[in-house]
Amino acid sequence: MEKRSLAYRIQKDWSRNKALYLLVIPVLIFYIVFHYKPMYGAIIAFKDYTPALGVAKSPWVGLDNFTRFFNSIYFGRLIRNTVLLSLYNLIFGFPAPIILALLLNEVKNKKFKSLTQTITYLPHFISLIVVVGMITDFSLSTGLFNDIAALFGMERAPLLQDPKLYRSIYVISSIWQEVGWGAIIYLSALAGVDSQLYEAAQIDGAGKWKQLIHVTLPAIAPTIIVMLILKTGSLMNMGYEKTILLSNPATYETADIISSYVYRIGLLEQDWSYSTAIGLFNSVINMALLIFTNKMSKKYSETSLW
Amino acid sequence: MKVKRSKGERIFSVFNYILLTVIMLICLYPVWYVGVASVSDGNLLTQHSGLLLKPIGFSLDAYKKVFQNPMIVKGYGNTLFILIVGVFLDIVMTSLGAYFLSRKHVMFKKGIMLMIVFTMFFSGGMIPFYLNLKDLHLTNTRWGLIIPFMIITRNLIIMRTSFESIPESLIEAAQIDGASHITILTKIVLPLSKAILAVMVLYYGVSIWNSWFWASAIIRNRELYPLQIILREILMQNDVTSMSSGASAADAESIAMTIKYATIMVATLPILCVYPFLQKHFTQGTMVGAVKE
Repeated sequence: MEKRSLAYRIQKDWSRNKALYLLVIPVLIFYIVFHYKPMYGAIIAFKDYTPALGVAKSPWVGLDNFTRFFNSIYFGRLIRNTVLLSLYNLIFGFPAPIILALLLNEVKNKKFKSLTQTITYLPHFISLIVVVGMITDFSLSTGLFNDIAALFGMERAPLLQDPKLYRSIYVISSIWQEVGWGAIIYLSALAGVDSQLYEAAQIDGAGKWKQLIHVTLPAIAPTIIVMLILKTGSLMNMGYEKTILLSNPATYETADIISSYVYRIGLLEQDWSYSTAIGLFNSVINMALLIFTNKMSKKYSETSLW
Repeated sequence: MKVKRSKGERIFSVFNYILLTVIMLICLYPVWYVGVASVSDGNLLTQHSGLLLKPIGFSLDAYKKVFQNPMIVKGYGNTLFILIVGVFLDIVMTSLGAYFLSRKHVMFKKGIMLMIVFTMFFSGGMIPFYLNLKDLHLTNTRWGLIIPFMIITRNLIIMRTSFESIPESLIEAAQIDGASHITILTKIVLPLSKAILAVMVLYYGVSIWNSWFWASAIIRNRELYPLQIILREILMQNDVTSMSSGASAADAESIAMTIKYATIMVATLPILCVYPFLQKHFTQGTMVGAVKE
């Protein structure tokens, strides 16, 4: 009985929405071919893939590629670098746009506010190649950074060759590039705060600081939490693009992360199955992290992604 | 009600303006430095050390060299091709998906939405994606930089949210008049979504203009290199020899520096000229909470 009604509902839905389904077919094909087919292709992580045999016919090898990675001398270093770089990015990079938004929110002069916004968005629109190109150039021992350091009596050194400085350069330049853009979402949340709340707080004698703690922050907390879930969920998913451009063999000790390693082993050395296994390991951990943070957030703050 | 501002608040306000001004200068200065250096005299620039506030000497030689470089001109052409065709296809595909997802009373909408959103959180990874492109013969062609990137899921969600805010009565009225979905999309929904379309063109445009990774992975033929790959050679692999040829070694070095800066300007100015005009629409595009279903 139930089956018949389902079939009936599908039939009714089809006759009603046929044209709509036809419209979405190209979109579905896109997602199947460029998202779901590579997900299927990821099974080569459990195989010994050779292009001649293809994905389906390459022989299974079980978890060999994974154990090879766990026993690799690079395993510890890659995990450490990925987690540390992510953590520094989170600790320093996450509050930066919130602070900027709060500062901007206090500006009464509309023109000044809009000018500040325009100028702080600017670095977001500069391509990564150019940003890293500028960093590379400024970091030379004759470059701008060294010129400035020399003013303070510090010694000149090629900064990008120093593994100790790498993470700082990475994180600071990322904040520089994204702080203004990241502030947009908080600014729009701040704009939605009811001004009566501030007036009430003022009548109660609350100063700026108390207003911030008791009115502003609770009002934008849901936005902050959603952003934090998204950031924490991608803790192990550090982008490879900047690392590939900014690091060099001299700094791999602190710079090399899982995704940039996948790139070198996969695309450059063409060790397809092994690199896919490392990438899959990374994706799964990432997915688990996201589900976990989302659960935690649901439990303690009633804000969640799904 | 006017509340008198305390002394502490006034001090904070002054401090706030100063701090924001410093932040602005930090955001702006590197770009200013590059711009100023690009029109400086190469020889004087190499001798100079420290902050640069205005050009030292004045010379447009570097720009002449940049525009004489056939690779930069070709790269510009390739990027423009990918940009124009790409943004067009991106907008078509994204609107189709967003329109479908914004319709009501569609049985499989939830399932399709789930299938789309899932890809934001899980992917097969870089290597299977690359092998897939190879299988599809999308390597070593500019189409390989267009077709696999036609929809950015986040943009699709933003556009859907925007479409959902269009009054249902308008669409129902058109349906009663016998309008097809294509007509409704192109004659009603899209004209009412001009602001979000502008943002989408900017988002897709910027991501195409700035993308380099997949071009470096799949394009072998130098004739097909987009601008960013040429830039990478010039900025990071120091490949300016072809442009400073005919000069003595010392001259070549000083020219090389200004050429780098001029190249950066040539590749960056187009976007820097566009984005301030779309600024007021940006907030619409960053509604992350919209993912929630």
